[in-house]
Amino acid sequence: MILLTRKADFSAAHFYWNPAWSEEENVRVFGKCANRQGHGHNYTLEITVAGEVDPVSGFVVDLKQLKDIIEREVVSVYDHRHLNFEVPEFATMNPATIPTTENIAIAIWRRLEGKIEHAKLHRVRVYEMPDLFADFYGEGL
Amino acid sequence: MSRLIAHLSRRYRFSASHRLHVDALSEEENRATFGKCNNPFGHGHNYVVEITLSGPVDPATGMVANLGDLDSFTQREMLSVFDHANLNMLEAFRDRVTTTENVCIEMWSIFSRFVESIDHPQLKLERIHVEETGNNSFDYFGEGAPSRS
Repeated sequence: MILLTRKADFSAAHFYWNPAWSEEENVRVFGKCANRQGHGHNYTLEITVAGEVDPVSGFVVDLKQLKDIIEREVVSVYDHRHLNFEVPEFATMNPATIPTTENIAIAIWRRLEGKIEHAKLHRVRVYEMPDLFADFYGEGL
Repeated sequence: MSRLIAHLSRRYRFSASHRLHVDALSEEENRATFGKCNNPFGHGHNYVVEITLSGPVDPATGMVANLGDLDSFTQREMLSVFDHANLNMLEAFRDRVTTTENVCIEMWSIFSRFVESIDHPQLKLERIHVEETGNNSFDYFGEGAPSRS
């Protein structure tokens, strides 16, 4: 089995807010991330898939296809958007979907799972900044 | 509690000096073992420490662990001790060579205290990764971790 990783970038705005809490509680827990005007990041994704090398093509997956799937399912939806208002999985203001780096990794996993032919999604890594990232390896682990 | 387990990693930087030297060895043996790292006046590095925690994503916060808590703990318990210090002078290295392997093990012990201080029984310290230079890095998964060959 071979692991293959493709990177992609998007830039987006967000803030952290749990509507079930008071303003004081939100500020205490989330600090400057609770600023309701929002702020933004250049995010980097690393999408890792696992599969066998095709004896004819020498590929695990067609990289162009993988790039197109990431573009269609994630980047075109997230890039230059406000995650809290414009991306359906975070736009509900449901406290379970605060657009933290952890929840973004889970949401991207759900967008990509089952859509990549000939390989299995292995890991979604989301860098919010070069010094902060979250990894998700799938549900029920 | 959510069953969604995520890994969260945070990188910190500190600059410090050190010298690899073991008192029990002769000068020749020290030089033979540690080479230029045994230079009597010491030398320094810009270290990077990457902490990986895992646990269920708290549905109320969307987080595995609160980064503000981790950052203030790191500032107080690690950076204030290690940054711009001579590692050989630190209490933690009184009986240990200041190799990056031993820095990893010390970081494991420091960040284990962070995990214990958080009221979150499923939070785990997964990995300590320390880069001594851009070309040398070391990982520690804790005592008794399965070998990852």
